Amino acid sequence: MPEPRLALRGVKKSFGDVEVLHGIDLAVNPGEMVCLIGASGSGKSTLLRCMNGLEPVDDGEVRLDGVDIAEPGFDLAPIRQKIGIVFQSFNLFPHMTAYDNVALAPRRVLAEDARTRIEALFERFGLAAHMGKYPDQLSGGQQQRVAVIRALAMRPQTMLFDEITSALDPELVDEVLDVLRSLRDDGMTMVLATHEMGFARELADRICFMDKGVIAEEGAPDLIFSTPQRERTKQFLASVLR
Amino acid sequence: MTTRRAAYEARQRRRANLLAGGSTAVVLILLIVLVPLAPGWEGVQASFFNAEIFARTFPDLLSAFLINIAIFAWSVPLIAALGLAIALARGARAPVLFPLRIFGAIYVDLFRGIPVVLLVYLVGFGIPGLGLPRPWNSPYIWGTVALVLTYSAYVAEVLRSGIESIHESQRNAAVCLGLSERDTMRYVVLPQAIRRVVPANMNMLVALQKDVALLSFIGPVEILRQAGIFKSLLANFTPYVAAAVIFLCVTVPATRYADYLMNRDRNART
Repeated sequence: MPEPRLALRGVKKSFGDVEVLHGIDLAVNPGEMVCLIGASGSGKSTLLRCMNGLEPVDDGEVRLDGVDIAEPGFDLAPIRQKIGIVFQSFNLFPHMTAYDNVALAPRRVLAEDARTRIEALFERFGLAAHMGKYPDQLSGGQQQRVAVIRALAMRPQTMLFDEITSALDPELVDEVLDVLRSLRDDGMTMVLATHEMGFARELADRICFMDKGVIAEEGAPDLIFSTPQRERTKQFLASVLR
Repeated sequence: MTTRRAAYEARQRRRANLLAGGSTAVVLILLIVLVPLAPGWEGVQASFFNAEIFARTFPDLLSAFLINIAIFAWSVPLIAALGLAIALARGARAPVLFPLRIFGAIYVDLFRGIPVVLLVYLVGFGIPGLGLPRPWNSPYIWGTVALVLTYSAYVAEVLRSGIESIHESQRNAAVCLGLSERDTMRYVVLPQAIRRVVPANMNMLVALQKDVALLSFIGPVEILRQAGIFKSLLANFTPYVAAAVIFLCVTVPATRYADYLMNRDRNART
């Protein structure tokens, strides 16, 4: 049994008096793709943000390659290079070109002029012609692909995706999902919070259905989608798969 | 082909222009007719609007204005640098830097709280009074210092508001890429913040440009003092009017430009 890339045990998180994660246990193996599904407010995004330490957890462990990064006072900076995250709202730096958005972190953090590597990434995801453009000159789908490239340029071993297609016009969703398919083929370890049920069913190794701050049900996509066990899972799937 | 809507709007516009033109004409005529009827008008005209004195003093006032421009020009980079330093000091989060934060807060409170003219007096007369050797007793230096102290406090606050207006998600994105706090500020937050407060700082520049005239109280023969000299010499206030005209020639375009930037900024964000 290989050591999981990412292992969460008893993760709890509150915002003020409201506990939004009630003790999450989850292990993600190297090369595995896990999709978190569930209604808005069920805790998917918060869970992702706990996985890279963007939100400090209140209790429990988050082990990345065996190291507990949830330890209070743990220096997260070196960890950030191993685990990339892409957000729903792109969060590109609006005052920099697409290329500079991507090149900033490799230059400052890795002290590396990664031009050839970065150009290859732009090429691979069909954006070679847009490297010199500013974010507001790009479509939502293009911006989101730049955001993925920006995260990949740090050579992470694990990628987190927080509803990265939810802010896109429907006709732009596919170009971003294609990027994920391509990463899947590379064997990237990925955790996605997503509302794209068809995509999750097609590509995920495992689906976790989150409800009110717990993982209510988890299993292989076919099982979850065809024979959900819990009433809450059935209701949710019925409402999104209409 | 004009549509019904376009024809209607053209009619409305003509009507609005007619009304605006008419009321402006009435006001102007009243001013031109009524003001000279005031009992002291002849005296005021002679001592404030003397064309001959205006023409005679204008060139000298203009060259005195160069001193204003010079003082303005070397104040601006100092204000920018010090304002930025204070803004960053106020935002410092590390416990070790707590003294810096306190210093920044006190600095801003102090120098925003004192009228500029008072600070010009205190610094401009007080520090040369220490008996410093030339050129360190120059009122140019200490007057400039007074302006820099006051304006950097204002600029620091403007910059701080700009820094705080940058959305948390930008910081998060930078931090998640592994950028240090310092690099996040330098490459991600500050460039956006500075751009965002350009219009507000333009207004600062306009105000500074006028406040340079306050240095006249402590010695430098800039435009206001030159006008005062002419006033005493010629027993006439027209040089003050001439000085005002010169100021307006600079400040009106600058203010309009600041308004333009402000509007463009507002439109861009909606």
